[in-house]
Amino acid sequence: MSELRFTEDHEWLRVEADGSITVGITAYAQDALGDVVYVQLPDLQRYEKGSDASTVESVKAASSVYMPLTGEVIAINEGLNDSPERVNEDPLGEGWFFRFIPADTNELATLLDQDAYDRLLKATADA
Amino acid sequence: MSETLAKTPLHALHLELGARMVPFAGYDMPVQYPLGVMKEHLHTREKAGLFDVSHMGQLLLRGPDAAAALETLVPVDILDLPVGMQRYALFTDEQGGILDDLMVANTGDALFLVVNAACKDADLAHLRRHIGERCEIVSLFDSRALLALQGPAAASVLARLAPEVAKMTFMQFAAVRLLGVDCYVSRSGYTGEDGFEISVPVEHAETLARSLLAEPEVEPIGLGARDSLRLEAGLCLYGHDMSERTTPAEASLLWAVSKVRRTDGARAGGFPGAERLFAQQRDGVASKRVGLLPQERTPVREGAEIVDAGGQVVGSVSSGGFGPSLGAPVAMGYLKAEHAALDSEVWALVRGKRVPMKVAKTPFVPQRYYRG
Repeated sequence: MSELRFTEDHEWLRVEADGSITVGITAYAQDALGDVVYVQLPDLQRYEKGSDASTVESVKAASSVYMPLTGEVIAINEGLNDSPERVNEDPLGEGWFFRFIPADTNELATLLDQDAYDRLLKATADA
Repeated sequence: MSETLAKTPLHALHLELGARMVPFAGYDMPVQYPLGVMKEHLHTREKAGLFDVSHMGQLLLRGPDAAAALETLVPVDILDLPVGMQRYALFTDEQGGILDDLMVANTGDALFLVVNAACKDADLAHLRRHIGERCEIVSLFDSRALLALQGPAAASVLARLAPEVAKMTFMQFAAVRLLGVDCYVSRSGYTGEDGFEISVPVEHAETLARSLLAEPEVEPIGLGARDSLRLEAGLCLYGHDMSERTTPAEASLLWAVSKVRRTDGARAGGFPGAERLFAQQRDGVASKRVGLLPQERTPVREGAEIVDAGGQVVGSVSSGGFGPSLGAPVAMGYLKAEHAALDSEVWALVRGKRVPMKVAKTPFVPQRYYRG
């Protein structure tokens, strides 16, 4: 498995063997959201970085999942339609949201690596 | 920010139990415990949940004229409220709008009121301004905590502390000694389940809460599940499903207007906004509150616009979310009268998409009150 990258919005990204990037939300994010009851997945189309690609609904509230980098969504996790709880149970695995082809692969390096993300979590916890 | 928030007597206990705290009505309140909203909700329907609702306002009205005086502010029969009974009531304004909803119990020597946290200061001022000369108004805001024990096991749990509560039926009210402390207990709640609300002096609240939580059936339940439980039970949340902009007729709360206070009743009217309410009962209302079942898995939340088949806006959602016991989203909202009939199909706009919804009966899950 390739190493993960992260956004400050608590999304994770993983580069797959075919060069596409899988996106999900982190364990911290799913814990903060609480029980996920619905995920509105993106359409198979191009999204700009920072645009609303997906929405995750917990019992409590709806939260946006932003497109981490500009790119074309090529696959969505249809399993979440029937089992949105996978986002809570296995956020880094079965709870993935979508895959996309980035417009510029180099942009990935601008995102947080595991160490930087861990520091962000620590800073959040200490705040 | 948390420094400016008020704390209930159970605040330290919430933190100890690992609650996630949020600001609510000026209080730092537990929205959920480590169990999480979904499991807390299901646990309450299956066994018993303990809720801290000490942020709500408790009041006593004393004096021989108290019941008659209170009747000038609510469209409800208070004069004939039997000792040991509680009744749901509404404060109305001159336009018939709802200023707050409340519970009124007859203790035998006083009327005991429970009002919403966000409205309690305004309610106290309202009472003092309009009936302060006619009865003694005692605020218990700082002296009493309020616990709700809800769920099918609530009665057997509370009966371990006071066997007599098992005999109480829905909406009965009694002075009960719990752990040697004089409490008020009503068999009522805000979940659709059997259960009790317990008014306890603040200095004894934590001991009582710990004692109830020590019972194997009982889990602490936060505001998140309180909201999903009451929504499934079809119960209104003040400020959302009704407000000063809606009358009891529009809010589909005419059942709360006592027979004797209605237009053909022995004590018809005599509360603020009676003329408007009676006119609405006679002529109908332009829009009213209904239950709504989204036909897809998308939760439809407060504020979502509702349109008809032609795309015309015909209402909006006042409360909405996911119903864990139903396993599906549930909502309430206001619809123009011509769309408010049961089974009418309308559409909510959620993030630019149309979600089909059906006008549905409430409660969405059966109420399980204990009626003896």
